[in-house]
Amino acid sequence: MIRALIVRDLRRGFTGAAWLPIAFFLLVAALTPFAIGPDPQLLSRVGPGILWIAALTAALLPIERLIEPDRADGVLDQLALHGLAEESVAFAKIAAHWLTFAPLLLLAAIPASALLALDAAALWQTALALAIGTPALAALAVAIAAVTAGMPRAGSLAGLLLLPLAVPLLIFGAANALLLEAAVSLLLTAGAPFVAGAAIRATRT
Amino acid sequence: MSSLLKFSNVTLRRGARVLVDGLDFTLGPGERLQVTGPNGSGKSSLIRLAAGLLPAAAGQVERSALALADDHLALDRELLLRTALGFWGGAVEQAMVALNIDHLAEVPVRLLSSGQVKRATLARVAASRAPLWLLDEPLNALDSDGRKRLGALVERHLEGGGAVVAASHQPLGGDWRKLELKR
Repeated sequence: MIRALIVRDLRRGFTGAAWLPIAFFLLVAALTPFAIGPDPQLLSRVGPGILWIAALTAALLPIERLIEPDRADGVLDQLALHGLAEESVAFAKIAAHWLTFAPLLLLAAIPASALLALDAAALWQTALALAIGTPALAALAVAIAAVTAGMPRAGSLAGLLLLPLAVPLLIFGAANALLLEAAVSLLLTAGAPFVAGAAIRATRT
Repeated sequence: MSSLLKFSNVTLRRGARVLVDGLDFTLGPGERLQVTGPNGSGKSSLIRLAAGLLPAAAGQVERSALALADDHLALDRELLLRTALGFWGGAVEQAMVALNIDHLAEVPVRLLSSGQVKRATLARVAASRAPLWLLDEPLNALDSDGRKRLGALVERHLEGGGAVVAASHQPLGGDWRKLELKR
């Protein structure tokens, strides 16, 4: 059942809105030269930081479709009746969301780095740091989506909740302290299914 | 297993309101129970409690494997009906035939009418091999043919040793034990 759920969420992701966060990510990268000027030296200095901010904000976009539609439609209830623990549901959703989000984001980092005048070494460094951070971003997105499911204006609230929690990732990722970033990423990824599972149970009425 | 659903001294609370207090009953194979009562008396909450989706404030509920049909579709709207039902597994083809929606198997779920949607949620339950069926307002949006088919399905399920709990304020047809909730 877990595998079926991951496959289903992947299908829904790739036939639906998986491209939106990526388009948003590229758009932020494309806007930056307009905002701060085309000087390649300046761009390549701020480039990795911009990519991180773009990735964080792009991670916010899909939050409202991660849990709420399945809660409102009774899918989460039916999964529970099929004997799947809420934590397992959350794990499947994190895995599926990561698979739709991370590979596309890393691919998009290549054209984005060209827009920001990053050289190959800087691109490689940033892409590696992003790759380490993406499981945590996906896990946070699902956990926050579960916590805010069913609330009015959940989308804006989700931003206020997710961005502060992602600060450690941003600090270590942008500073290229990969081991520390990996530790934070591991912690968030391991904890999120339990937070999301408890939230799914608590929002049941 | 002698009982498929057993309530022992169960209290159900919604907010500050006590909907059910000290409820005891046992449902065995071949038995059916209709939960009746006016709007807002807690029929749906009782069904969700029986399903284990709501906690009991006090007492114990023991349940076998079960299937639930309520007013949530829980089928992916962009998929064909057959594929969407298939996600939940079980004897999908027979269930679609039993509810006369097999001619809709290749139609996307989002194009179904509300009566057809209701039949699809009932087909999800009928396809499951769970011995206990929980039906919340199963007659809503069903036409007379739909009601007849549901009645036949329930009879067959009971003959096979299953049990059914249905919440409805309308007569369901057949011989149901009644549990009346008061406001």
